[in-house]
Amino acid sequence: MEQVGGQAGRITYDARGLAEPDAEAPRTAKIEGDRAEFDAAELTARRINLELRWLLYEQGVHDVVVRNPGAKHSIGVGILQRCTLRFEGSFGYFGLGLIDGPEVTVTGRVGWSVCENMMSGVVVIEKNAGSLTGAALRGGDLVVKGSVGARTGIDQKGGTIVVGGDAGLMSGFMMQRGRQVICGNAGPGLGDSMYSGSIYVGGKVASLGVDCVEAELGPADEELLDRKLTAYGVDRPGSFRKFVCGKKLWNYDSLEPSERKLVL
Amino acid sequence: MCGIAGIIHRDGPADIGPEMTRMLQAMKHRGPDSTGFALYGQPGDGLVMRLKLADANTPRDFGFAERLEQHRMELDARLGKIGATVDRVEGATEYAYRVRLSYDGDLKALTDYVEDIPDCEVLSLGNSLEIVKDLGDAETVARQYGLESFRGTHAIGHARMATESDVDISGAHPYWAYPFSDIAVVHNGQLTNYHQWRRRLERLGHRFQSECDSEIIAVYVAEKRAEGLSLETAMKQSLEDFDGVFTYAVVTGDSLGVAKDEMAAKPLVLYETPTLVALASEEVAIRAVVDREIDTVDPYESEVLVWSR
Repeated sequence: MEQVGGQAGRITYDARGLAEPDAEAPRTAKIEGDRAEFDAAELTARRINLELRWLLYEQGVHDVVVRNPGAKHSIGVGILQRCTLRFEGSFGYFGLGLIDGPEVTVTGRVGWSVCENMMSGVVVIEKNAGSLTGAALRGGDLVVKGSVGARTGIDQKGGTIVVGGDAGLMSGFMMQRGRQVICGNAGPGLGDSMYSGSIYVGGKVASLGVDCVEAELGPADEELLDRKLTAYGVDRPGSFRKFVCGKKLWNYDSLEPSERKLVL
Repeated sequence: MCGIAGIIHRDGPADIGPEMTRMLQAMKHRGPDSTGFALYGQPGDGLVMRLKLADANTPRDFGFAERLEQHRMELDARLGKIGATVDRVEGATEYAYRVRLSYDGDLKALTDYVEDIPDCEVLSLGNSLEIVKDLGDAETVARQYGLESFRGTHAIGHARMATESDVDISGAHPYWAYPFSDIAVVHNGQLTNYHQWRRRLERLGHRFQSECDSEIIAVYVAEKRAEGLSLETAMKQSLEDFDGVFTYAVVTGDSLGVAKDEMAAKPLVLYETPTLVALASEEVAIRAVVDREIDTVDPYESEVLVWSR
């Protein structure tokens, strides 16, 4: 372990730049009934996550407010139960990965790969998100009120991603199931190599990716868009276009139906 | 992986030495092999040359000290012979020097003559640009080279995880756009048509000091500037010319620019206000200088952005 800088209370790193290999939960949160809050400004990512686990799994807390996450990476990952989390500030990369159940609000922005492989729950990001937002998303609702970077919902396998602003290139790349609602403009290569699922775009589409085609927007689609956008208070653009897989790349032969079932 | 950072104060000089140190230290985990700074101080009357006469990890054999001393004397002799008036020579380490000088002639001729000394590399030359790079993390390098008191208007920096070439000062970023004064480049990514561009640029008479693919960008920008293109136009053209994945930053005497490849494969976070622009591979680096909740954005694919102070 090496001390970075001379001041007391500064973050320490090991040689790989990882924070505190043997950290313990700081247990500094103020607990009132089943609610708690703590300040993360002076805590490493590991200690923030340990504190969250300690509160949610050992103290019977169901509602946590975390102040000043300070754009650190890997915050709030792997929370596997129903609870309400509010982060007052911004995240770095890989925030909220692998979660199953929580209802989360992030008041700031998030970096790359937020909610990677999220299983269920609701996550609302009030500002922008980086690239790979909701990568391999399995379920739940992921709402970004600002704009997102490239490859949103890459390999998405379920759930709904709602983007209030614009999306970068190749949104829905290799998407296999689920929905994306992009209220602003979509970058080049939309839905490239998607297998299934639907992408709704309210603004302009720079270009479609390989085997992504426009489909008719039906009453069920309109109902879904109205319901999701109203629920999360996202302004609805005048009209939406729907994009799906063109199935030109569906070259499955009769020998692999079981594999196909696995993939989809 | 590598981490890059840039900062430009549009309302006058600030403590950019300590600021860039904090930004790069916050991204130490992205690249602990070497750290480099391109800092713009107050332009003086003359030129500042940063150079090294050996590498940090050159084998220290029996003749090392003697050779270094000879090369150091050769430096004085050559600077005198070519007609440069040396104001001051300061040694930051036993092998790296900062020379303040006045010289009216061709900078390429001056650099070539100095670099003809065995093992010598001119790291930067300009009215206000100073490139400092060495092995270790940002705080180690900043302490070694006394950057704690460096004041200036803008800077870029790089925390390197070596993937394509050796861990030494020659392979460290930033790269100076030899022989153009006051231009430097940092890069995060891999350029896959490096050899093609290197051969092409070598045929045009450019010199390369390392095997590092990122050096191409500095030399490319230098060539395009020689052709008379503006920084922004040169950077836009580079998006067509370079293959691979990259986010790179360029600084000149009064500007800071960034470019992202068409796949947006390498990260960049941007914070912009009327008086300050800070950008980095990770937001934690920006938080190291702006310690409060801020609004930041990720520039999109194929974007080229340039700010002037």
